[in-house]
Amino acid sequence: MWEYSEKVREHFFNPRNAGVLEDANAIGDVGSIKCGDALRLMLKVDPATETILDAKFQTFGCGSAIASSSALTEIIKGMTLDEALKVSNQDIADYLDGLPPEKMHCSVMGREALQAAIANYRGEQWQDDHEEGALVCKCFAVDAVLIEETIRANGLTTVEQVAHYTKAGGGCASCHEAIEEILAKVAKETCTAPTAEKKPSPAAVPPAPTSGAAAPTAPKLTSFQRMRKIEETIEAIRPMLQRDHGDIEIVEIDGKNIYVNLKGACAGCMMEAATLNGIQTKLIEALGEFVRLLPASMLGRAAA
Amino acid sequence: MSDAPIYLDNNATTACDPAVVEAMLPFFTEQFGNPSSMHSFGNKVGFALKEARARVQALLGAEHDSEIIFTSCGTESDNTAILSALKAMPERNQIITTAVEHPAVLSLCDQLEKEGYVVTRLGVDKRGRLDLDEYKAALSPRTAIVSVMWANNETGTIFPVEEMAELAHAVGAQFHTDAVQAVGKIAIDLKKTKIDMLSLSGHKLHAPKGVGVLYLKRGTRFRPLLRGGHQERGRRAGTENTASIVGLGVACELAQQYLAYENTEVKRLRDKLEAGILAAVPRCFPTGDVANRLPNTSNIAFEFVEGEAILLLLNKAGIAASSGSACTSGSLEPSHVMRAMGIPYTAAHGTTRFSLSRFNTEAEIDRVIAAVPPVIAQLRKLSPYWGESGPKAESFAPAYA
Repeated sequence: MWEYSEKVREHFFNPRNAGVLEDANAIGDVGSIKCGDALRLMLKVDPATETILDAKFQTFGCGSAIASSSALTEIIKGMTLDEALKVSNQDIADYLDGLPPEKMHCSVMGREALQAAIANYRGEQWQDDHEEGALVCKCFAVDAVLIEETIRANGLTTVEQVAHYTKAGGGCASCHEAIEEILAKVAKETCTAPTAEKKPSPAAVPPAPTSGAAAPTAPKLTSFQRMRKIEETIEAIRPMLQRDHGDIEIVEIDGKNIYVNLKGACAGCMMEAATLNGIQTKLIEALGEFVRLLPASMLGRAAA
Repeated sequence: MSDAPIYLDNNATTACDPAVVEAMLPFFTEQFGNPSSMHSFGNKVGFALKEARARVQALLGAEHDSEIIFTSCGTESDNTAILSALKAMPERNQIITTAVEHPAVLSLCDQLEKEGYVVTRLGVDKRGRLDLDEYKAALSPRTAIVSVMWANNETGTIFPVEEMAELAHAVGAQFHTDAVQAVGKIAIDLKKTKIDMLSLSGHKLHAPKGVGVLYLKRGTRFRPLLRGGHQERGRRAGTENTASIVGLGVACELAQQYLAYENTEVKRLRDKLEAGILAAVPRCFPTGDVANRLPNTSNIAFEFVEGEAILLLLNKAGIAASSGSACTSGSLEPSHVMRAMGIPYTAAHGTTRFSLSRFNTEAEIDRVIAAVPPVIAQLRKLSPYWGESGPKAESFAPAYA
């Protein structure tokens, strides 16, 4: 059985705002019965102030899907539409005291329904832009589709590279076989040489076959230039995180390992891995070399 | 009316019979000896193993007690059987199995396929039945092993393994059956069959977890999975799990005694449960081959509701069952068995398995029949696919009949 928080269980057993909202003027439908979860979010929006006066939902899905829907309606009631658009899936998960990594997609569905409903109210088209696959890395909640796309986009050939780019496989390492399989699958499609049986040592990372942004071709920076570059890159990202009530600070730069503290809403967030992954990609682009972005809690543990 | 928890998930695992536990206890204390030892400490334990082996032999109808190899679990038995056949017949490279096997077989076959073996997975019809013509066409002189479960864990559907074993032998292939669900629920007499290997799991028949059996018909070419000491005549090295093996022996003896009960009283309760739910809940249907299945299993698909949500609400009502829903496993797809049968997604996510044992009572079944309909109604009320009294007009058609 899943380890659901008390709050998830409580919202599942006693969902708030379940049912049809008769005078809704914003409706968002997401999911499908094929995927095993679907959500209809109904809002009553005050046209004068764009405030959400009431919200109700109907959900087909598992315990966490129903609890996420319930939490979502509680969170957004009384918000203006612009405020509501800032609600992230992590906010929904946090409201429920967290969700198991396999169940984070339930909170994503909630956020998507919200976006769809607001688009519906404003007469816009909302497009579902995310595709998700089977969960591969359970430590950092990374799915197969993300791994495959990252491998393809960056011409990755080793498990270590995948861990650098996506975090997948960077924790307990039990998913390395699955990552190797995805690597082999992509390699086969792109007709590149099959990956070697043995894991190449970190020192001997083969050059990426495509001219991806990550190819280590940039001129070598001095230590000082490199440090400044890292700082600049992080600084440029901070406003984005601050918008989501989070923040980041650099704690230590040790070779290719850059240790940071995620703060505010980012701290302890289960999407931390995705956040770090995004920032790491930007750093790799800026520096023209592989670096690893790690939470400061790992400081001293990874000597590699 | 009592509100003690009701356990209807016996295809997942069973409670140890108290008599099994009692028989095991001395083997944790004074009977700690290694059966391989020459002294009296080991000797007594050796006799206990011999007795247990004879009891397993009796339940399976094996001709010789040396055909019983104790293992750690059903999965080990399955892996040993398939890998042994491939090693013993290197000139053959084909494996025939079914699309509805347990992962213990399917995942192994997926891996072997990647390593270059040819894997043929027989499909099933919408009631979960195999097409023997498809099977005959698949058999070839390249077939090393056929591995087909005796009964399906999700639906209870029984496969004609005895006939299939004959056909496998006709092309010189070995035949293995994963019978972890069947043993103790249907009569088995292996000496009269051409089945070469059979897997049994202790915890499915009121013995403890961590003990299983591989039946290996005398004369079947065999290569061990684990090599080491001479235990199990060198066919499964490693010091015996003595307490559990003794427990399994007792469990097998009890299973034999209760075999008739399983097929009369347990079956009657299962039928009552199924009929009661089908009568009270609209838009649901039993899956699998209902006329030819294990006496303890009922798998009901509830349309337009999701299985994990059903289980959580049932659990709150003190009822333990299981589901083929994607969400209970963390995968994105509902059960491979339901998909192989072509159960539409509108129903596959809501499949719920009730599996009984000899410990279930009539009062428990009555409570479950009363508890299920409101659970389904509550979830349908939440569902965007469900209107006042049925699926919404604009929702997903056609309905599965």
